[in-house]
Amino acid sequence: MAAFVCADQLHKIYQVTSDIQVHALKGVSLEMAAGDFVAIMGPSGSGKSTFMNLLGCLDVPTRGRLFLQGVEISSLSQKQLAGIRNQKIGFIFQNFNLLPRTSALDNVELPILYSKVNASTRYRRAADALERVGLKDKMRNFPNQLSGGEQQRVAIARALVNTPPLILADEPTGNLDSQTGGEIMRILKNLNDHYKITIVLVTHETDIARYARRQVHFRDGVIVSDQ
Amino acid sequence: MNILMTVRVALKALRKNKLRSLLTVLGVVIGVCAVITLVNLGSGAQISIEKAISGLGTNLLVIFPGSVTQGGIRTGYGTVTTFIAEDADAILNECADVQMVSPLVTSAAQVVFQNQNWSTSILGADTDYQRIKNWPLALGEFFTAQDVKAATKVCIVGETVADKLFVKQNPVGQVIRIKRMPFRVVGVLTPKGQTAFGQDQDDTILVPFTTAQKRLVGITHVSMIMAYAVSVEGTAAAQEQIQNLLRHRHKIKKGDDDDFTVRNLADLTSVFSTITGILTLLLGSIASISLLVGGIGIMNIMLVSVTERTKEIGIRLSVGATSQDILLQFLLEAVLLSLIGGTIGIIFGMSITSGVSYFTGWPSPISLYAILIAFLFASGVGIFFGLYPARKASRMNPIDALRYE
Repeated sequence: MAAFVCADQLHKIYQVTSDIQVHALKGVSLEMAAGDFVAIMGPSGSGKSTFMNLLGCLDVPTRGRLFLQGVEISSLSQKQLAGIRNQKIGFIFQNFNLLPRTSALDNVELPILYSKVNASTRYRRAADALERVGLKDKMRNFPNQLSGGEQQRVAIARALVNTPPLILADEPTGNLDSQTGGEIMRILKNLNDHYKITIVLVTHETDIARYARRQVHFRDGVIVSDQ
Repeated sequence: MNILMTVRVALKALRKNKLRSLLTVLGVVIGVCAVITLVNLGSGAQISIEKAISGLGTNLLVIFPGSVTQGGIRTGYGTVTTFIAEDADAILNECADVQMVSPLVTSAAQVVFQNQNWSTSILGADTDYQRIKNWPLALGEFFTAQDVKAATKVCIVGETVADKLFVKQNPVGQVIRIKRMPFRVVGVLTPKGQTAFGQDQDDTILVPFTTAQKRLVGITHVSMIMAYAVSVEGTAAAQEQIQNLLRHRHKIKKGDDDDFTVRNLADLTSVFSTITGILTLLLGSIASISLLVGGIGIMNIMLVSVTERTKEIGIRLSVGATSQDILLQFLLEAVLLSLIGGTIGIIFGMSITSGVSYFTGWPSPISLYAILIAFLFASGVGIFFGLYPARKASRMNPIDALRYE
């Protein structure tokens, strides 16, 4: 049985201009089991965001191979990658990335719009997801009518709505005070504990990283520690 | 994502920017409205002009005697003397599309009244001539069938002749001398003015063609025959019927040239139709420029919109939209803008057309063709000017788009 996520000697080189190259990942190998909760840490420029982008199928590695549930992502077409993002991955961002002037419900429905699901199922699933993050009564609110913590919970509901096996959270608490940040982390922890969703979390803060079962440190494009 | 969903997403996006969408749509509305109005009014003008021209006598057919070839020498028009009044009767009786005929005998002579004299053209005609030419009398009455039958010495003078000979007297009832023969004036024609070539149509005297044949010229044939078709459309058919009839009557063998020529004014109508057609096209093209400007407006707004919504594009890509989904969404926004604009423009254009035709009395055929063209053109504008921004949106890198502030 292959690992849930398997990275094999990943390299990513950005061609900034014709003569400037940035070698963001220099051979990263990593395995994650299903249901794992991994915190990725490291200073800026260490390659952790690049790794997350590859893992999130938003980008493809320059060299090396990356498997998700045994499927080699690095060889898929753009369209297939979009399908994987839709079905297998939920994203949570530091700045929430909700559509402005769009209700919480519509925001949560967004991923389902890009999968073949009928309207009534779409509504039910979006409403369920909002209920799970405790925002059912605010589903008609626009993002600017919600607090930062509530917006992030809407983002979590959006990440959950297609029941993906993997959630990628890029500094999910970075824009929140420590108390709300803690709430968000408890929600993520709960998802990991009860629904066995694999969570990969990027963070600076050791307090936040403590919620994870495993901490991987990046520096200069390589993994320096894994515990 | 299916098309219907994409349409709803696009509509939602347009609603979020009501004023901007409205102003963009306005550009297309004005363009389509201008195209519809000008094309409709143009074809309305075409119809009025055609009507006016057919009033000039487009039903008219003039049959000239042609040339005969004697020993290899072609003698030119008008040398045939086989054209007789019976040909005219036969044309009237046997050609279904001919309504009226008049044999004509042309001549010129000096006319004298008391101490005045004037040289003018004398036209021998039949009683229908007046109706064929649609030429009412100012004074008196036209000569009668009886006059034609008996070759009476009566005449009708044109306005110029009346002025020159009678100065301020009433010509009706007076006796003038044509080639020293006394003719009683029975009527005066209303002034018709000059022909296109500067010929004074009022400088003429009409007499019964029999009188002209027997008393003035001394011939038994006629100079030409004028026929009037039942309708403008029937002119071509009448022309063919006359041709067949005359070939038969003149015993012209198959393959030999006609000894006559039939001419009509249909050419004139077609020239005017061409002119008004060109005008309509010209007006339409000028109007399409405004449609083009409207299209550029759409493109402009869509480009701004794509840049402004970079983050939205990034979010959509991250939750699983394919670049095709993004392309379709932005393209549909542009097409919807132009279709909404097109529909409103068509309604406005038709209202303006009806309004103008109500106040000016011009005919305004609501051309389904113009509407269809405008509609297709509007959606074409949407696709054409929406494609570039939509492609730009669909080619965004999701990582950069998400990071965009």
